[in-house]
Amino acid sequence: MVNINQIKGWTRAEMAQNVARDIPDGSYVNLGIGLPELVADFVPKGRELIYQTENGLLGMGPVPEEGQGDRELVNAGKKYVTAIPGAAYFHHADSFTMIRGGHIDVCVLGTMQVSEKGDIANWSTGAENAVPAVGGAMDLVAGVKRIFVITQHTTKHGHPKIVEECTFPLTGKGVVERIYTNLATIEVRNEGLFVCEMAPDITFDELQEFTGPKLNQ
Amino acid sequence: MINKIVSTSSEAIREVRDGASVMIGGFGEAGSPIELIHALIDHGAKDLTVISNNAGSGHVGLAALIENLQVRKIICSFPRTANSKVFPELFHSNRIELELVPQGTLAERIRAGGAGIPAFYTPASVHTPLAEGKESRIFEDKEYVLEHGLKADFALVKAQTADRYGNLLYHATARNFGPIMCTASNVAIAQVNEVVEPGMIDPETVITPGIFVQKVLEVKEPLFESQLVEDNLQYPW
Repeated sequence: MVNINQIKGWTRAEMAQNVARDIPDGSYVNLGIGLPELVADFVPKGRELIYQTENGLLGMGPVPEEGQGDRELVNAGKKYVTAIPGAAYFHHADSFTMIRGGHIDVCVLGTMQVSEKGDIANWSTGAENAVPAVGGAMDLVAGVKRIFVITQHTTKHGHPKIVEECTFPLTGKGVVERIYTNLATIEVRNEGLFVCEMAPDITFDELQEFTGPKLNQ
Repeated sequence: MINKIVSTSSEAIREVRDGASVMIGGFGEAGSPIELIHALIDHGAKDLTVISNNAGSGHVGLAALIENLQVRKIICSFPRTANSKVFPELFHSNRIELELVPQGTLAERIRAGGAGIPAFYTPASVHTPLAEGKESRIFEDKEYVLEHGLKADFALVKAQTADRYGNLLYHATARNFGPIMCTASNVAIAQVNEVVEPGMIDPETVITPGIFVQKVLEVKEPLFESQLVEDNLQYPW
Protein backbone atom coordinates (compact mmCIF):
# COMPACT_ATOMS: atom_id res chain seq x y z
CA MET A 1 0.00 0.00 0.00
CA VAL A 2 1.20 3.47 -0.87
CA ASN A 3 1.95 5.84 1.96
CA ILE A 4 -0.18 8.93 1.52
CA ASN A 5 2.72 11.13 2.61
CA GLN A 6 4.66 10.04 -0.46
CA ILE A 7 2.03 11.52 -2.74
CA LYS A 8 2.48 15.20 -3.31
CA GLY A 9 -0.91 15.87 -4.81
CA TRP A 10 -2.17 19.37 -5.41
CA THR A 11 -1.18 22.28 -3.17
CA ARG A 12 -3.81 24.28 -1.31
CA ALA A 13 -3.46 26.97 -3.96
CA GLU A 14 -3.99 24.46 -6.76
CA MET A 15 -7.04 23.04 -5.00
CA ALA A 16 -8.47 26.55 -4.71
CA GLN A 17 -7.68 27.14 -8.37
CA ASN A 18 -9.59 23.98 -9.31
CA VAL A 19 -12.63 25.28 -7.46
CA ALA A 20 -12.37 28.80 -8.90
CA ARG A 21 -12.25 27.41 -12.45
CA ASP A 22 -15.67 25.78 -11.95
CA ILE A 23 -17.50 28.89 -10.73
CA PRO A 24 -19.22 30.65 -13.64
CA ASP A 25 -18.85 34.35 -14.39
CA GLY A 26 -21.39 36.50 -12.59
CA SER A 27 -21.99 34.07 -9.72
CA TYR A 28 -22.92 35.15 -6.21
CA VAL A 29 -20.62 33.14 -3.97
CA ASN A 30 -20.31 32.44 -0.25
CA LEU A 31 -16.90 31.17 0.85
CA GLY A 32 -16.47 29.30 4.13
CA ILE A 33 -13.73 30.07 6.63
CA GLY A 34 -10.15 28.86 6.03
CA LEU A 35 -9.21 26.98 2.85
CA PRO A 36 -12.37 28.11 0.97
CA GLU A 37 -11.26 31.75 1.39
CA LEU A 38 -8.29 31.02 -0.90
CA VAL A 39 -10.65 30.51 -3.85
CA ALA A 40 -11.07 34.28 -4.22
CA ASP A 41 -7.37 34.59 -5.13
CA PHE A 42 -7.71 32.36 -8.20
CA VAL A 43 -10.70 33.61 -10.13
CA PRO A 44 -9.80 33.34 -13.84
CA LYS A 45 -9.24 36.63 -15.66
CA GLY A 46 -12.35 38.15 -17.14
CA ARG A 47 -14.75 36.61 -14.61
CA GLU A 48 -16.52 38.66 -11.99
CA LEU A 49 -17.79 36.96 -8.85
CA ILE A 50 -19.65 38.73 -6.04
CA TYR A 51 -18.88 37.44 -2.56
CA GLN A 52 -21.48 37.31 0.15
CA THR A 53 -20.47 37.00 3.77
CA GLU A 54 -23.33 35.89 6.00
CA ASN A 55 -22.65 38.45 8.71
CA GLY A 56 -24.05 41.07 6.38
CA LEU A 57 -22.09 42.11 3.30
CA LEU A 58 -22.61 41.48 -0.41
CA GLY A 59 -19.58 42.59 -2.40
CA MET A 60 -16.82 41.61 -0.02
CA GLY A 61 -13.40 42.79 -1.19
CA PRO A 62 -9.89 41.74 -0.23
CA VAL A 63 -8.24 41.97 3.19
CA PRO A 64 -7.25 45.59 3.95
CA GLU A 65 -3.65 46.67 4.34
CA GLU A 66 -2.12 46.17 7.78
CA GLY A 67 -3.46 48.81 10.16
CA GLN A 68 -6.26 49.85 7.78
CA GLY A 69 -8.93 47.47 9.12
CA ASP A 70 -12.30 48.62 10.41
CA ARG A 71 -13.36 46.62 13.49
CA GLU A 72 -16.92 46.69 12.25
CA LEU A 73 -16.17 45.55 8.71
CA VAL A 74 -15.43 41.85 9.07
CA ASN A 75 -16.19 38.54 7.39
CA ALA A 76 -17.84 35.45 8.84
CA GLY A 77 -14.47 34.45 10.32
CA LYS A 78 -14.45 37.84 12.12
CA LYS A 79 -11.42 38.94 10.10
CA TYR A 80 -11.07 42.43 8.62
CA VAL A 81 -12.25 42.72 5.03
CA THR A 82 -13.14 45.54 2.66
CA ALA A 83 -16.27 46.36 0.69
CA ILE A 84 -16.00 46.74 -3.09
CA PRO A 85 -17.54 49.74 -4.89
CA GLY A 86 -21.14 48.61 -5.36
CA ALA A 87 -21.26 46.57 -2.14
CA ALA A 88 -24.33 46.37 0.11
CA TYR A 89 -24.74 45.88 3.86
CA PHE A 90 -27.80 44.20 5.36
CA HIS A 91 -29.07 42.64 8.56
CA HIS A 92 -29.01 38.95 9.38
CA ALA A 93 -32.57 38.11 8.36
CA ASP A 94 -31.88 39.56 4.89
CA SER A 95 -28.55 37.75 4.77
CA PHE A 96 -30.18 34.40 5.39
CA THR A 97 -32.99 35.27 3.00
CA MET A 98 -30.24 35.37 0.37
CA ILE A 99 -28.84 32.07 1.64
CA ARG A 100 -31.89 30.01 2.51
CA GLY A 101 -33.99 31.55 -0.22
CA GLY A 102 -31.74 30.12 -2.93
CA HIS A 103 -30.32 33.43 -4.15
CA ILE A 104 -26.66 32.47 -3.69
CA ASP A 105 -25.28 30.44 -6.60
CA VAL A 106 -22.31 28.66 -5.04
CA CYS A 107 -21.06 27.98 -1.53
CA VAL A 108 -17.58 26.57 -0.96
CA LEU A 109 -17.13 24.86 2.39
CA GLY A 110 -14.47 22.95 4.25
CA THR A 111 -15.48 19.70 5.90
CA MET A 112 -14.58 16.96 8.33
CA GLN A 113 -16.48 14.27 6.40
CA VAL A 114 -18.47 14.03 3.20
CA SER A 115 -20.37 10.93 2.12
CA GLU A 116 -20.93 9.32 -1.26
CA LYS A 117 -24.53 10.53 -1.11
CA GLY A 118 -23.43 14.12 -0.66
CA ASP A 119 -24.05 14.27 3.09
CA ILE A 120 -21.76 16.73 4.84
CA ALA A 121 -20.55 16.79 8.46
CA ASN A 122 -18.52 19.90 9.19
CA TRP A 123 -19.73 21.42 12.46
CA SER A 124 -19.09 18.92 15.23
CA THR A 125 -17.12 15.79 15.96
CA GLY A 126 -19.75 14.91 18.54
CA ALA A 127 -17.04 14.91 21.23
CA GLU A 128 -18.52 15.44 24.67
CA ASN A 129 -15.89 17.86 25.88
CA ALA A 130 -16.36 20.26 22.96
CA VAL A 131 -18.55 23.33 23.13
CA PRO A 132 -21.05 22.85 20.31
CA ALA A 133 -21.11 25.67 17.75
CA VAL A 134 -22.81 25.65 14.37
CA GLY A 135 -22.89 29.15 12.88
CA GLY A 136 -24.45 29.42 9.42
CA ALA A 137 -23.33 26.08 7.96
CA MET A 138 -26.72 24.35 8.17
CA ASP A 139 -28.50 27.24 6.52
CA LEU A 140 -25.88 27.45 3.76
CA VAL A 141 -26.08 23.77 2.82
CA ALA A 142 -29.89 23.85 2.97
CA GLY A 143 -30.32 26.89 0.75
CA VAL A 144 -27.42 27.66 -1.57
CA LYS A 145 -27.94 26.30 -5.09
CA ARG A 146 -24.60 24.49 -5.45
CA ILE A 147 -22.44 23.24 -2.59
CA PHE A 148 -18.76 22.63 -3.31
CA VAL A 149 -16.51 21.08 -0.68
CA ILE A 150 -12.78 21.76 -0.55
CA THR A 151 -10.77 19.56 1.79
CA GLN A 152 -7.65 17.45 2.21
CA HIS A 153 -8.46 13.97 0.92
CA THR A 154 -7.67 12.30 4.26
CA THR A 155 -7.35 13.25 7.91
CA LYS A 156 -3.94 13.96 9.46
CA HIS A 157 -3.85 10.28 10.38
CA GLY A 158 -4.51 9.17 6.80
CA HIS A 159 -8.16 8.17 7.28
CA PRO A 160 -10.53 8.94 4.41
CA LYS A 161 -12.66 12.05 4.77
CA ILE A 162 -14.81 10.82 1.89
CA VAL A 163 -16.86 8.05 3.49
CA GLU A 164 -19.83 5.77 2.83
CA GLU A 165 -21.75 7.23 5.76
CA CYS A 166 -20.71 10.19 7.91
CA THR A 167 -20.02 9.17 11.49
CA PHE A 168 -19.92 12.76 12.74
CA PRO A 169 -23.22 14.63 13.25
CA LEU A 170 -24.57 15.87 9.90
CA THR A 171 -24.70 19.46 8.75
CA GLY A 172 -26.92 18.53 5.83
CA LYS A 173 -28.06 15.49 3.88
CA GLY A 174 -27.53 14.94 0.15
CA VAL A 175 -26.40 18.49 -0.52
CA VAL A 176 -22.81 18.33 -1.82
CA GLU A 177 -22.33 18.53 -5.59
CA ARG A 178 -18.54 18.47 -5.98
CA ILE A 179 -15.56 17.57 -3.80
CA TYR A 180 -12.17 19.19 -4.40
CA THR A 181 -9.27 17.53 -2.60
CA ASN A 182 -5.48 17.54 -2.83
CA LEU A 183 -5.74 14.27 -4.77
CA ALA A 184 -8.78 14.61 -7.00
CA THR A 185 -11.89 16.48 -8.01
CA ILE A 186 -14.94 14.30 -7.55
CA GLU A 187 -18.55 14.75 -8.56
CA VAL A 188 -21.39 13.42 -6.41
CA ARG A 189 -24.10 11.86 -8.58
CA ASN A 190 -27.14 9.74 -7.77
CA GLU A 191 -25.22 6.72 -9.11
CA GLY A 192 -22.19 7.38 -6.90
CA LEU A 193 -18.91 9.27 -6.91
CA PHE A 194 -17.29 10.09 -10.25
CA VAL A 195 -13.69 11.23 -10.54
CA CYS A 196 -13.42 14.31 -12.79
CA GLU A 197 -9.71 14.91 -12.43
CA MET A 198 -6.77 13.48 -10.49
CA ALA A 199 -3.57 15.08 -9.22
CA PRO A 200 -0.67 14.34 -11.57
CA ASP A 201 1.24 11.92 -9.33
CA ILE A 202 -1.51 9.52 -8.31
CA THR A 203 -3.14 6.51 -9.97
CA PHE A 204 -6.83 5.68 -9.83
CA ASP A 205 -6.14 2.60 -7.67
CA GLU A 206 -4.14 4.65 -5.20
CA LEU A 207 -6.91 7.26 -5.07
CA GLN A 208 -9.41 4.49 -4.36
CA GLU A 209 -7.26 3.28 -1.45
CA PHE A 210 -7.57 6.65 0.30
CA THR A 211 -11.31 6.92 -0.31
CA GLY A 212 -14.05 5.14 1.68
CA PRO A 213 -16.70 4.41 -0.95
CA LYS A 214 -16.19 3.05 -4.46
CA LEU A 215 -15.08 5.60 -7.04
CA ASN A 216 -16.15 5.61 -10.67
CA GLN A 217 -14.00 6.77 -13.55
CA MET B 1 -42.94 65.39 22.99
CA ILE B 2 -41.19 62.20 22.11
CA ASN B 3 -37.62 62.00 23.29
CA LYS B 4 -36.04 58.57 23.60
CA ILE B 5 -32.59 59.87 24.45
CA VAL B 6 -31.36 58.90 27.91
CA SER B 7 -28.30 60.49 29.43
CA THR B 8 -26.68 57.62 31.33
CA SER B 9 -26.13 53.94 30.70
CA SER B 10 -27.65 53.05 34.07
CA GLU B 11 -30.82 54.87 33.07
CA ALA B 12 -30.80 52.96 29.80
CA ILE B 13 -30.90 49.53 31.40
CA ARG B 14 -32.49 50.22 34.80
CA GLU B 15 -35.76 48.32 34.06
CA VAL B 16 -33.97 45.02 33.41
CA ARG B 17 -35.21 42.69 36.15
CA ASP B 18 -33.97 39.32 37.35
CA GLY B 19 -35.20 36.60 35.01
CA ALA B 20 -35.56 38.91 32.00
CA SER B 21 -34.84 37.82 28.45
CA VAL B 22 -32.31 40.06 26.72
CA MET B 23 -31.31 40.06 23.06
CA ILE B 24 -27.77 41.34 22.60
CA GLY B 25 -26.65 42.46 19.14
CA GLY B 26 -23.27 41.81 17.61
CA PHE B 27 -21.36 39.39 15.47
CA GLY B 28 -18.20 39.03 17.50
CA GLU B 29 -17.30 42.58 18.47
CA ALA B 30 -18.91 44.16 15.39
CA GLY B 31 -22.14 45.63 16.70
CA SER B 32 -21.59 44.48 20.28
CA PRO B 33 -23.08 47.15 22.60
CA ILE B 34 -20.27 46.89 25.11
CA GLU B 35 -21.13 49.97 27.20
CA LEU B 36 -24.73 48.76 27.65
CA ILE B 37 -23.51 45.28 28.60
CA HIS B 38 -21.14 46.76 31.16
CA ALA B 39 -24.02 48.83 32.53
CA LEU B 40 -26.01 45.61 32.90
CA ILE B 41 -23.11 44.11 34.86
CA ASP B 42 -23.10 47.15 37.18
CA HIS B 43 -26.88 46.89 37.47
CA GLY B 44 -26.61 43.24 38.49
CA ALA B 45 -29.85 41.69 37.14
CA LYS B 46 -29.51 37.91 37.35
CA ASP B 47 -31.05 34.76 35.95
CA LEU B 48 -31.14 36.30 32.48
CA THR B 49 -31.87 34.50 29.23
CA VAL B 50 -29.54 36.00 26.65
CA ILE B 51 -30.12 35.71 22.92
CA SER B 52 -26.94 36.49 21.00
CA ASN B 53 -24.97 35.04 18.10
CA ASN B 54 -21.80 34.54 20.15
CA ALA B 55 -20.79 34.19 23.79
CA GLY B 56 -18.17 36.92 24.03
CA SER B 57 -14.42 36.93 24.25
CA GLY B 58 -11.84 37.62 26.93
CA HIS B 59 -13.25 38.96 30.19
CA VAL B 60 -15.16 41.97 28.90
CA GLY B 61 -18.57 42.64 27.38
CA LEU B 62 -20.80 39.59 26.97
CA ALA B 63 -18.12 37.23 28.32
CA ALA B 64 -17.93 39.35 31.49
CA LEU B 65 -21.72 39.30 31.88
CA ILE B 66 -21.60 35.51 31.66
CA GLU B 67 -18.58 35.31 33.97
CA ASN B 68 -20.47 37.40 36.51
CA LEU B 69 -23.05 34.56 36.63
CA GLN B 70 -25.92 36.77 35.50
CA VAL B 71 -26.90 34.52 32.62
CA ARG B 72 -28.95 31.37 33.23
CA LYS B 73 -29.37 30.44 29.59
CA ILE B 74 -27.99 31.53 26.26
CA ILE B 75 -29.65 31.03 22.87
CA CYS B 76 -26.77 31.19 20.46
CA SER B 77 -25.36 29.94 17.15
CA PHE B 78 -21.64 30.07 17.80
CA PRO B 79 -20.61 30.14 21.48
CA ARG B 80 -17.05 28.98 20.77
CA THR B 81 -14.32 31.64 20.70
CA ALA B 82 -10.58 31.47 20.28
CA ASN B 83 -9.76 33.50 23.35
CA SER B 84 -12.43 32.93 25.96
CA LYS B 85 -12.66 30.22 28.56
CA VAL B 86 -15.58 31.87 30.33
CA PHE B 87 -18.42 30.18 28.47
CA PRO B 88 -16.79 26.72 28.10
CA GLU B 89 -16.01 26.51 31.84
CA LEU B 90 -19.53 27.40 32.93
CA PHE B 91 -21.03 25.20 30.21
CA HIS B 92 -19.01 22.16 31.23
CA SER B 93 -19.88 22.63 34.89
CA ASN B 94 -23.59 22.95 33.98
CA ARG B 95 -23.83 26.47 35.30
CA ILE B 96 -25.19 27.87 32.05
CA GLU B 97 -27.74 26.37 29.70
CA LEU B 98 -27.16 26.48 25.95
CA GLU B 99 -29.78 26.36 23.22
CA LEU B 100 -27.77 25.96 20.01
CA VAL B 101 -29.50 27.33 16.93
CA PRO B 102 -28.26 27.59 13.33
CA GLN B 103 -27.37 31.20 12.60
CA GLY B 104 -30.02 31.70 9.92
CA THR B 105 -32.64 30.05 12.10
CA LEU B 106 -31.67 32.34 14.96
CA ALA B 107 -32.07 35.35 12.67
CA GLU B 108 -35.41 34.16 11.31
CA ARG B 109 -36.73 33.30 14.78
CA ILE B 110 -35.98 36.85 15.86
CA ARG B 111 -37.43 38.31 12.66
CA ALA B 112 -40.58 36.19 13.08
CA GLY B 113 -40.89 37.17 16.74
CA GLY B 114 -40.78 40.83 15.80
CA ALA B 115 -43.22 40.36 12.94
CA GLY B 116 -45.91 38.58 14.96
CA ILE B 117 -45.25 35.17 13.42
CA PRO B 118 -45.27 32.50 16.15
CA ALA B 119 -43.53 29.76 14.16
CA PHE B 120 -42.29 28.81 10.71
CA TYR B 121 -40.80 25.90 8.79
CA THR B 122 -37.17 25.96 7.65
CA PRO B 123 -35.04 23.49 5.67
CA ALA B 124 -31.97 24.26 7.81
CA SER B 125 -30.95 21.50 10.26
CA VAL B 126 -33.22 18.81 8.78
CA HIS B 127 -31.61 15.36 9.33
CA THR B 128 -29.19 16.82 11.89
CA PRO B 129 -29.09 16.54 15.69
CA LEU B 130 -30.42 20.11 15.95
CA ALA B 131 -33.74 19.03 14.45
CA GLU B 132 -34.24 16.17 16.90
CA GLY B 133 -37.51 16.33 18.79
CA LYS B 134 -38.85 19.10 16.57
CA GLU B 135 -41.98 18.84 14.48
CA SER B 136 -41.29 18.36 10.78
CA ARG B 137 -43.41 18.50 7.67
CA ILE B 138 -43.03 17.83 3.96
CA PHE B 139 -43.80 20.60 1.48
CA GLU B 140 -43.43 19.75 -2.22
CA ASP B 141 -41.36 16.62 -1.47
CA LYS B 142 -38.91 18.41 0.77
CA GLU B 143 -38.68 18.16 4.54
CA TYR B 144 -38.76 21.20 6.81
CA VAL B 145 -38.51 21.63 10.57
CA LEU B 146 -40.76 23.80 12.71
CA GLU B 147 -39.03 26.62 14.56
CA HIS B 148 -40.61 29.13 16.92
CA GLY B 149 -40.37 32.90 16.80
CA LEU B 150 -38.34 34.56 19.51
CA LYS B 151 -39.27 37.63 21.53
CA ALA B 152 -37.49 39.26 24.41
CA ASP B 153 -38.12 41.74 27.18
CA PHE B 154 -35.11 43.82 26.16
CA ALA B 155 -32.69 44.26 23.29
CA LEU B 156 -29.29 45.89 23.63
CA VAL B 157 -27.93 46.95 20.26
CA LYS B 158 -25.22 49.17 18.86
CA ALA B 159 -25.86 51.58 16.01
CA GLN B 160 -24.03 54.52 14.50
CA THR B 161 -26.54 57.38 14.40
CA ALA B 162 -29.91 58.09 16.00
CA ASP B 163 -32.36 60.93 16.46
CA ARG B 164 -34.69 61.48 19.41
CA TYR B 165 -37.41 59.43 17.68
CA GLY B 166 -35.14 56.39 17.74
CA ASN B 167 -34.50 56.17 14.00
CA LEU B 168 -31.24 54.29 13.54
CA LEU B 169 -28.41 54.05 11.06
CA TYR B 170 -25.71 51.42 11.45
CA HIS B 171 -22.09 51.07 10.41
CA ALA B 172 -20.92 48.36 7.98
CA THR B 173 -21.25 44.77 9.27
CA ALA B 174 -22.08 46.02 12.76
CA ARG B 175 -25.69 46.07 11.60
CA ASN B 176 -26.00 42.27 11.82
CA PHE B 177 -28.71 41.45 14.41
CA GLY B 178 -29.52 45.04 15.48
CA PRO B 179 -32.53 45.81 13.26
CA ILE B 180 -34.32 42.51 13.90
CA MET B 181 -33.60 42.50 17.63
CA CYS B 182 -35.15 45.97 17.94
CA THR B 183 -38.35 44.62 16.37
CA ALA B 184 -38.53 41.54 18.61
CA SER B 185 -38.11 43.17 22.03
CA ASN B 186 -40.47 45.11 24.26
CA VAL B 187 -37.76 47.60 25.15
CA ALA B 188 -35.05 48.07 22.54
CA ILE B 189 -32.11 50.06 23.84
CA ALA B 190 -29.61 51.38 21.30
CA GLN B 191 -26.22 52.82 22.04
CA VAL B 192 -25.13 55.06 19.19
CA ASN B 193 -21.99 56.97 18.30
CA GLU B 194 -23.94 60.12 17.55
CA VAL B 195 -27.33 61.64 18.16
CA VAL B 196 -28.55 64.08 15.54
CA GLU B 197 -31.55 66.39 15.21
CA PRO B 198 -34.72 64.97 13.62
CA GLY B 199 -34.52 65.53 9.88
CA MET B 200 -30.76 65.03 9.74
CA ILE B 201 -31.28 61.35 8.89
CA ASP B 202 -32.65 61.04 5.37
CA PRO B 203 -35.93 59.06 5.68
CA GLU B 204 -34.88 57.12 2.57
CA THR B 205 -31.87 55.73 4.41
CA VAL B 206 -33.38 54.87 7.82
CA ILE B 207 -32.55 51.24 8.66
CA THR B 208 -34.48 50.87 11.91
CA PRO B 209 -37.56 53.11 12.06
CA GLY B 210 -37.97 54.73 15.48
CA ILE B 211 -41.13 52.82 16.37
CA PHE B 212 -38.93 49.78 17.11
CA VAL B 213 -36.64 51.65 19.52
CA GLN B 214 -37.51 52.75 23.05
CA LYS B 215 -34.25 54.20 24.38
CA VAL B 216 -31.15 55.74 22.86
CA LEU B 217 -27.85 56.31 24.64
CA GLU B 218 -25.08 58.30 23.00
CA VAL B 219 -21.63 56.73 23.43
CA LYS B 220 -19.35 58.89 21.34
CA GLU B 221 -16.26 56.72 21.45
CA PRO B 222 -17.30 53.18 22.24
CA LEU B 223 -14.79 50.64 23.46
CA PHE B 224 -13.88 47.66 21.32
CA GLU B 225 -13.79 44.13 22.66
CA SER B 226 -10.65 43.10 20.76
CA GLN B 227 -8.72 46.11 22.06
CA LEU B 228 -9.77 45.39 25.64
CA VAL B 229 -8.84 41.72 25.24
CA GLU B 230 -5.49 42.70 23.76
CA ASP B 231 -4.91 45.01 26.75
CA ASN B 232 -5.77 42.11 29.07
CA LEU B 233 -8.57 44.06 30.72
CA GLN B 234 -11.36 42.60 32.73
CA TYR B 235 -14.76 44.05 33.56
CA PRO B 236 -15.59 45.28 36.21
CA TRP B 237 -12.32 47.20 35.92
